[in-house]
Amino acid sequence: MSEPMPMPMSMRLPAQPGEVIDREERFSFSWNGRSYPAYSGDTIASALAANGVRIFSRSFKYHRPRGLLTASHLDPGCTIQVGEEPNVRGAHRLASPGLDVRSQNTWPSLRYDVKSVNRLAGRFLSAGFYYKTFIKPRRLWPAYEKVLQRFVHGGVIPDRPEEHDAEARFYDKRYAHPDVLVAGGGPAGMAAACAAAEAGARVLLVEEEHRPGGHLRWGDAADLTLLAELRERVSAAGVEVMCDAVVLGRYDDNWVAVVERSPAGPAFERLVKARAETLVVAAGQIERPYVFAGNDLPGVMLSTAVRRLVNLYAVRPGERAVVLTANGSGDAAAADLSRVGVDVAAVVDARHGEDVVRADGRGGVRWVELGDGRRVDCDLLVTATGWTATTALLNMAGNRPVYRPEAARFVPDLDTLPDTVVATGGVVGDGTREALCEHGTAVGEEAARRAAGAAEQSGEVPSRAWPGVKGAEGARAPSAPHPKRPDAEGLTPEPHPELIHGRTHGFVDLCEDVTSKDLLSAVEEGYDSAELAKRYTTATMGPTQGKLEILNVVGILAEATGRTIQEVGTTTWRPPYAPVTLGALAGRRLEPVRHSPMQRWHEEHGAVPLVAGAWIRPDHYGDPGAEAANVRENVGIIDVTPIGKLDLQGPDVAKLLNLLYVNKWSKLEVGRVRYGVMCAEDGVVLDDGVTGRLGEDHYLMSTTSSGAAAVWEWVELWLQTEHPDWRVHVTPVTTAYASINVAGPKSRELMERVTTGVDLSPDAFPYMRVRRGSIAGVDDCVIWRIGFTGELSYEIHVPSAYGLHVWASLLAHGEDLGVAPFGIEAQRILRLEKGHLIVGQDTDGITQGYSADLDWAIKLDKPDFVGRPELAWQRQRGDHPRLVGLLPLDADTVPPEGCQLVEGAEIVGRITSSRRSPTLGRAICLGQVAAHLAEPGTEVTVRLPDGRLTGARVAEQLASVDPEGARLRV
Amino acid sequence: MLLLECPWCGGRNASEFAYAGEPMPRPDPESAGPAEWRGYLYLRANRCGWTRERWYHRAGCRRFFEIERNTQTHELRPVGGGAGGPDE
Repeated sequence: MSEPMPMPMSMRLPAQPGEVIDREERFSFSWNGRSYPAYSGDTIASALAANGVRIFSRSFKYHRPRGLLTASHLDPGCTIQVGEEPNVRGAHRLASPGLDVRSQNTWPSLRYDVKSVNRLAGRFLSAGFYYKTFIKPRRLWPAYEKVLQRFVHGGVIPDRPEEHDAEARFYDKRYAHPDVLVAGGGPAGMAAACAAAEAGARVLLVEEEHRPGGHLRWGDAADLTLLAELRERVSAAGVEVMCDAVVLGRYDDNWVAVVERSPAGPAFERLVKARAETLVVAAGQIERPYVFAGNDLPGVMLSTAVRRLVNLYAVRPGERAVVLTANGSGDAAAADLSRVGVDVAAVVDARHGEDVVRADGRGGVRWVELGDGRRVDCDLLVTATGWTATTALLNMAGNRPVYRPEAARFVPDLDTLPDTVVATGGVVGDGTREALCEHGTAVGEEAARRAAGAAEQSGEVPSRAWPGVKGAEGARAPSAPHPKRPDAEGLTPEPHPELIHGRTHGFVDLCEDVTSKDLLSAVEEGYDSAELAKRYTTATMGPTQGKLEILNVVGILAEATGRTIQEVGTTTWRPPYAPVTLGALAGRRLEPVRHSPMQRWHEEHGAVPLVAGAWIRPDHYGDPGAEAANVRENVGIIDVTPIGKLDLQGPDVAKLLNLLYVNKWSKLEVGRVRYGVMCAEDGVVLDDGVTGRLGEDHYLMSTTSSGAAAVWEWVELWLQTEHPDWRVHVTPVTTAYASINVAGPKSRELMERVTTGVDLSPDAFPYMRVRRGSIAGVDDCVIWRIGFTGELSYEIHVPSAYGLHVWASLLAHGEDLGVAPFGIEAQRILRLEKGHLIVGQDTDGITQGYSADLDWAIKLDKPDFVGRPELAWQRQRGDHPRLVGLLPLDADTVPPEGCQLVEGAEIVGRITSSRRSPTLGRAICLGQVAAHLAEPGTEVTVRLPDGRLTGARVAEQLASVDPEGARLRV
Repeated sequence: MLLLECPWCGGRNASEFAYAGEPMPRPDPESAGPAEWRGYLYLRANRCGWTRERWYHRAGCRRFFEIERNTQTHELRPVGGGAGGPDE
């Protein structure tokens, strides 16, 4: 059985004066696999409605059929799947040729949805059902999860979206710095934008719909004339207009987030981060639904939905209508319907106490019962029962709305707003189109004045004149804000009957399928505050987030608890104002990486990359064991460019080093380098490295690769805040130099072949010295003789542009010496054999100096250094863990790093570093152990990840290879 | 996002800065006992209202400076004694 196919565009009306469709441009797209015609300018929903489609989705809990309610982005019944994109707002997204559009969460079809049995099971899906059902027994939770997943109300995302057009398309980001940002492009917003721009301000106007104009667009001839004038003015005034874009939130100091849903260019969406001097909130009003039995049936529509369908899209919303009206919008909808030939069977005037009791029908409205008992057959029921002021952005600026019973809505309390936020239009009050424009103009002028004042106050360089700012000449605008709020006068909320629900129960939240009955049972169960009832029933927690239903929820709760609406209060609107895709928030994938000038060579020679922070560097070139062995036997070179380097100059550098390092620096002679360790004020090891004295007042400090940025900041902190009188100039030179370590017994021979101007003989250039000279023809290289690997080695820092040249020269000149590159892994093996600690590997965030085997370095006899008191107390207590060398009793088992050391059930330490030593042919480790286990020769128990226990013996010292350092000092 | 007034660069987004906390006077390391020293390390007033804060303009001039911020309203004002901007 298939759905009957109506005549194509059978519900399309003849041309309407304000229509936004282009009848010259006709195309087709598909809806649930069937082709439908549309005009350019149609939304997906308007095109389908023009073809007689009335059901667009099935509801969240009960799988009830749902049709158009608001015919706008907010429409709760019109969330659909477009191609691979889920949860598209069908009443907002424009139709385009060939679109593949489907309904969501329906099976086997939208019309015959099996899950609509939920309607029969409704009593089990009552308020708080999530909290009452699926709790016990706990072991069934995985099964419950599977059941619940089937009911999840959402579309489908492709399994691997990145395989699709991710290359060509992306989510974009932009920054904007408007003087005045106007949120909302209705008549007041447009007038405000024009006035501000004409006064010289840079203005950004953000409009959620596809064209600005607000309700003028579906208005009468005079409205359309004004609309055309305003659009012309906006364009002439140079206002930047963003349509199909929405302000998501207002944060501190007018930091405003805007998402453009269909930006020009290849981006899917673009997040705009704007810092506005003045924010003008012109967000207008949202029409409220009415609560009664059957109020969710397809064919029950708001008056604004009817006006949009008829006037913008030339769609006949039904054949025979009943109109429930309490205001001008309802009256205008009735007039619209009559004008286009819809049979208006009854106009029910709520201002005179008339009411609608229920609507009924299968799959859509078939008849309506009126308050006087009459039953009227119809397929369209229009309601116009009141408005909600869109105060979200004002709430985010600190405003708490106040309820006005005579107008039946919450309105902003303008006096509580900061001077940088002003409001205009429907969010403030009601008025004729002329009154709205007049108010907008006054507010826009004042917004520009305030922006000019703020710019002047902050000393901003005036980039332009402010010709239109009254009382200002050029850039010299008055800096004091206007004493009176410009938005407080001119627009007041019109009287309106307080209409929330009729005599029967109906849906309050159409996104979440929450009824007025659910709210009453929540109150009965004790959830009687708005915040509690909201969480318990999930009312206002669906995609519309209360924009349609908040006053209805509050009104029903007030009535049920015997309080006034003001007493119950409205919930606070928080960002984001509108649903936003995660893609828009995540933005473009831009992750800058750093690499040395030799990286291309590494890649060409089979280096396996290691990602270390922002750096990409070679982990190894295929066989780290062989690389390490070559360093022990011949000579190897490693790219250590990421090592942090700070150039320190000035007469007080020695004082600085003495303060920041735990060891002594005052007697370091020119030409020497020294290893230093830094601790924080809590005594915890912060960083280590060598620092060399290049000249009388000139030092080069090295830091760990990962600590480079933090140490720079640390140095600046002490210099700027504690010792601003010290004369030290700090320049980070990490990437100014390419750094290469040349290590191995043949390193001197290799260095001699490429170095000029430096005597490399052991007597002239001994261990822990620094020289400057020329390498491979490159002047101004810094060479220090140090030995992280435990071998004779030279660390050379060459101007980075020549890094690759020097690297290649070393390889070319050392071929007969067996020179080969080695990576980080080989270096880690070598340093572990030598027992050199790595900060952050063998220490952690609570390792104080004496727990890192640094007793020899820490000089408590220095009068002061950072962390000294804590280190003194640590030494005094003496009960701290120790860093020791550990030799596993089973020489072939390498316990993974992080393994616990245990004593019965007690954890008494951990393995911090472990490798198989190629030199010794056995497993070697470093570890932190409890004080009582630190004696050499003590056997400790290691708990392997699989739970097995194995033994290890505490070694005499950290170094397993060449503990005396003979190889270093040759 | 807060707009912070750097005394050297002017108003900039808070994301350009690193928060360095309430400035704490460093006790004399010779004479301070554990209680006083750990107060310096860990105890902060964390006042509701006007607080004095240290910020580091990490993505800008790289100067540390102090500013007063009202933690209730996010109002900012220069420190009474001057924050050490270029004019001082």
